[in-house]
Parts: sequence; C-alpha cells; structure tokens
Amino acid sequence: MNMNRRNFLKVTAVSSIAAGATFPYLAKGAGKKVIVIGGGAGGTIAAKYLKKMDNSLEVTLIEKNPDYYTCFMSNEVIGGERKLDSIKFNYERLKKHGINVVIGEVSGGDLNAKTIKVGDKSFTYDKLIVSPGIDIKWGAIEGYDEAASQKMPHAWKAGDQTALLRKQLEAMSDGGVVLITVPANPFRCPPGPYERASLIAQYLKTHKPKSKVILLDAKDDFAKKALFEQGWKELYGYGTDKSLIEWRSATNQGKVSRVDTTKNAVYAGDMEDEIVGAVVNVIPPQKAGQIATVLGLTNEAGWCPVNRKTFESTQAKDVHVIGDACLADAMPKSAYSANSQAKVCAAAVIAALQGKEMVTPAYTNTCYSMVGPDYGISVAAVYNYKADDNTIAPVQGAGGVSPKDASAEDRRREMLYAHSWFNNITDDMFG
Amino acid sequence: MKYLPISALAMAGCSLLFTAPAFADKDADKDKEKKTTAAKPVTPRGLMLAHTCVGCHGQGGSSLGPATPTIAGMAVDTFIDTMKAYRDGKRPSTVMGRLAKGYTDEDIAEMANYFVTQKFVRVAQQTDPEKVKNGKKLHKENCEKCHEDNGFKDEDGSSILAGQWLPYLQFQLADFHAKKREMPEKMAKRLEAMVKEGGEKTLDEVAHFYASQQDKKVK
Repeated sequence: MNMNRRNFLKVTAVSSIAAGATFPYLAKGAGKKVIVIGGGAGGTIAAKYLKKMDNSLEVTLIEKNPDYYTCFMSNEVIGGERKLDSIKFNYERLKKHGINVVIGEVSGGDLNAKTIKVGDKSFTYDKLIVSPGIDIKWGAIEGYDEAASQKMPHAWKAGDQTALLRKQLEAMSDGGVVLITVPANPFRCPPGPYERASLIAQYLKTHKPKSKVILLDAKDDFAKKALFEQGWKELYGYGTDKSLIEWRSATNQGKVSRVDTTKNAVYAGDMEDEIVGAVVNVIPPQKAGQIATVLGLTNEAGWCPVNRKTFESTQAKDVHVIGDACLADAMPKSAYSANSQAKVCAAAVIAALQGKEMVTPAYTNTCYSMVGPDYGISVAAVYNYKADDNTIAPVQGAGGVSPKDASAEDRRREMLYAHSWFNNITDDMFG
Repeated sequence: MKYLPISALAMAGCSLLFTAPAFADKDADKDKEKKTTAAKPVTPRGLMLAHTCVGCHGQGGSSLGPATPTIAGMAVDTFIDTMKAYRDGKRPSTVMGRLAKGYTDEDIAEMANYFVTQKFVRVAQQTDPEKVKNGKKLHKENCEKCHEDNGFKDEDGSSILAGQWLPYLQFQLADFHAKKREMPEKMAKRLEAMVKEGGEKTLDEVAHFYASQQDKKVK
C-alpha cells in the first residue's frame, strides 16, 4: 500500500475529538481561581485538565502570543519536510472548555497578595501555575545577543526563528557549511540538535550534496547518540570523508565560547579556533522563561526548584512550576514531560483546593526524533514519585531508547508513530 | 471457576459452544475462560494513569492517527491482556513494550477501567474502494465469526477493528503473518489459508476494509 504521510496529515487536519467524560464523583473547588501563565505544552494542558477534572474552577490562561508554534516537529520545517503553518496553533478551542484566555504579557505580580499583572489589568488567584518554557541566556556565548539571533538564528523557540533558519538554508549555495552549536545540559529537547542536524542533512543530500553540517558540541555525549550515529551512517555517510554530518565533541574542541556575526564565525575549543559557516545556527545556553525569574521562582542556575509530587515551588507558596522551566530530575525538558507534569500538577492543585489528599502521581515521557524520511527513533520512560528524597525516579527495567538492531520496518513505524504523537499531543493541548 | 458470577459463566459457556472446535489448543481455551472481568468505576488514580496514555493515543484514547491506534472502548480484558503481553515481551512493538514494563497489574487494571468507558471516535481515513470491497468479502469468509459486526465489537479479546488506523492494522496483520505476534490457532489457520489462496495483498485488503468502517447512523 502506498498511503503517504502527507495524505494522512491532510485527512487528520480536519478532525477534532470532543473532550472526554466528566467525573461527577469528584468534589468541587467551587469558584476557586487558578491562573496559568504560559500557553505551551505545559500550560495549555494544566488549564484544560483543571477544567476537565473540576469544572467549577475559574481558570485563566495568560499567554503572550495569539499564535503558538510548536518546537516539536519544527525541525521538519527547517529540513523542508513540513510547512510552518502545520506547527501553528491558537487558543480558540480552549475557550470552549470554559477557560478564560488572556492574550498579553505578564509584567509582574505580588505573590503575597496573590495577584498577577498583565498591562494595567490585575488578576487574583488561589493557585498559580507557571509554565513559561525557556528563555535564552543572552551573552552566555560572547557576542550572542538578541540582535545576533537575527543573523545567526537559534530557532529554539519556534516561529519566526524557524522560518529564518529555513530561509537561510534555502538561500545557501551548494558547498556551504552549516554550523550548529549545542550547549551543555540542561536544555530544552536534549535530542533536538541531533534531529535538526539529521533533517538538514536530509535536505542537503538532495539539494546541496556538496554541503555539510558540523555540530559543535559543549558535551562529550548526547541523547540517543548511538542511534543517531547509526542512522547517520546508514543515511548520510557518517564517519566517511563525504559525510554530510560531522560531530565535534567538547573534548574534540567543539565547545563554542564566542561568535562574530560580521564574519559569520564561531570560536570553539581551547584555542578558540575560528570556524566560518554559510549558515550558523546557535543553540545557546538556556534558563527558565523570564517571568519565572521576575516572580522569584528561579535558583542561581536559572531553573525552578519544585516539590516533585505537586510541582509547587519551593520558593513560593501556592505557586506551581511545570515544564521546561522546572527541575524534575530524570524527566527531560520535553513536550511530553510538560504534558505529564501538567496533569499531575492539575491533580495536585485540585486536591489542595478541595482540602483532600492528592492521589499518587504518575509521570511518563515519550519522545520521538526523526533521523530521515522513513526513519524515526524514540526514548520512553515511566516515572514514580519517591517521597523519601522528593525525587521523580524512572521505573527500573522500563523505558529506554529504540533498540539498536531494529528493522527498517520498525524505524518506519516509529516515523509514523512520531507523526501520530504530534497530532495527538497538539490536540490534547489545543483541541 | 466457582467464583465467577453466573452471567459470566453463561457468557463463557455460550461462546465456547459456538467456537469450541476452533479453539482446540489449550492456551486459547484458557484465554476464553477468563474473558469475564467487569469494568469497575474509574478511580482518581485510574484517571491519573490514563492521562499519561492520551498524549500519544489521543484524548479519551481516540487517536488522530496516522498510525497510533485508538484504545478507547477496549474491553477490560482486552486492555489488560494487551498491556501484559507488551510488558512480558510476548507481543512485538516499537515503544509500547518499553512503556508497559513501567506498570503494575493494578495500574493496568485501573487504566482498563478508564478506557472501556470511552467512546471510540472514528476519523475518516483514505482507503482504497477496491481493496475495501475485496476486504469485506475476505472478512465475511475468514474473520467475521470472531470479529463480529464488521469489527465494531470487542469480544473475547478481538479488539475493536472498525475504524482503527490503517497503518496500525497493516502492521498487526504483517506481524501476525510473520508469526511475530501470537494469535488463536483458528485465526492462524484462517490467515494462512487466506494468504495462501489470495496472496499477501489479502492482508492489505482486510486492513482497508476495517479502516473504512465509520460510525453507524443512529436510526
């Protein structure tokens, strides 16, 4: 059979699934107010599941932008496999769940008075959930500031940056070198830089075969490394003279400390070797979204410490932090982690507002990476809460990455499951 | 057996009566006898667990595809048996085996109680009319006895096939045919005979038939 995935996407794009059952046996936290800041993978889910589990709550979702571009699958846009519009979503359907959606930027708040300010408007809450995603640590790489990102896109928050990087790749002449700089852990989407290198290589293979991608890494290891390298060997000549992908580890002088946008150059390794790229994609060091710092929820490293069972901030009462911004032990900074944390957090918030004991939490992560057109790989984990040391720990013997000896058919299946993952998680968020 | 409720006994007896010769092998007989677990009310813990599934399997367990299967409406026993088969490595998978290993018997039962209450929401799929036509004939000849009502019913572990995602159906049929996935002896015989007579394209035709099934209009 020859049903291609574009046809499937067309068919699925028109569909929508109604929200699930309501659960009348749950007591209600009638009229209690919950504010959710941030309409991404964590915030949308928190807002929606609060309403699903207790419709009597007054839930307000505050988001800066009217449209949301998912970071997940944005590498397919960069590789030319997918249109930018297919990763664009809005908040209209969330309103139908009874969520009060406010488009505007939070300027600050008073956590003692339990108020949040958006412009000249003030909102009060009983519980606040902050899901701000990441912000770039401008200047952590010398010379890399917001202006520099217009020349050397990070494309680590999707939207204009994604489009810019794609445009630069299209404009590049055959033979040009694409540089991708990768930060040290922790950062959003640990396998993302390597998926990006894969999908750019896929584009180059067909359109600019004299070009190549060089990954300049601040680490000596990376997520799904063995699987990526295996895929790169199979598809892009990795390890040969003609490889479309080259990876330079920190030990191999890959760590970038400085950039110069006038030369389109980066400086890497102990001797600050100058490397000039035709296209330079700087994935810079990151921290929790700025609003978390403004509200005093971050630690000295820029991330938010939380109670791992409830996601309540250890620095502010009745304020919860979920998603990329929070510290969640073994859970990676992924959309699925944020989705899972949001549901746990929603249950914790409802239990607290109803004065009840919270149910034992359950956390899961499933992340796919695309290595080529019919080549998907995944990592999965199931986690439990460990009360004795307040940690989220993976269940031993479960989870892990796709097997190294998987058949081509299984790689193809994982590609199709990855696209299903995207359709279902975005519907969970915005549908 | 003596602890089973009367209705359950009657059900088991009834289906054995119809299919006894087909399930001659002992494992299948054993499977038949235990298909009696009634759904229990969804607990908050069950809801918590089920919520971890729907990021991939779709809201309420109804997937938007293109490949990940809908798990809404699965019978309690089908769900439990499926998860345990993944967990114990008895059923091939890409990711599901790795995930299933993270859950206890109790967790799995809690999830099952949730998904059985959910409606299987069907999404229109692109199917080949010729294959659907041939698939329907093959279904009637080979599958209907267990996959009743054009695959809408989940009885005795048959799963709901009607409106399931086409690639998923194709994967499963390929795995059955390659003997990577266990199946009742009767099904194995039917499948082998079907492919022997009509070639491997019959697998695809049957898949197209089930994938083409949409919700029936309520009269």
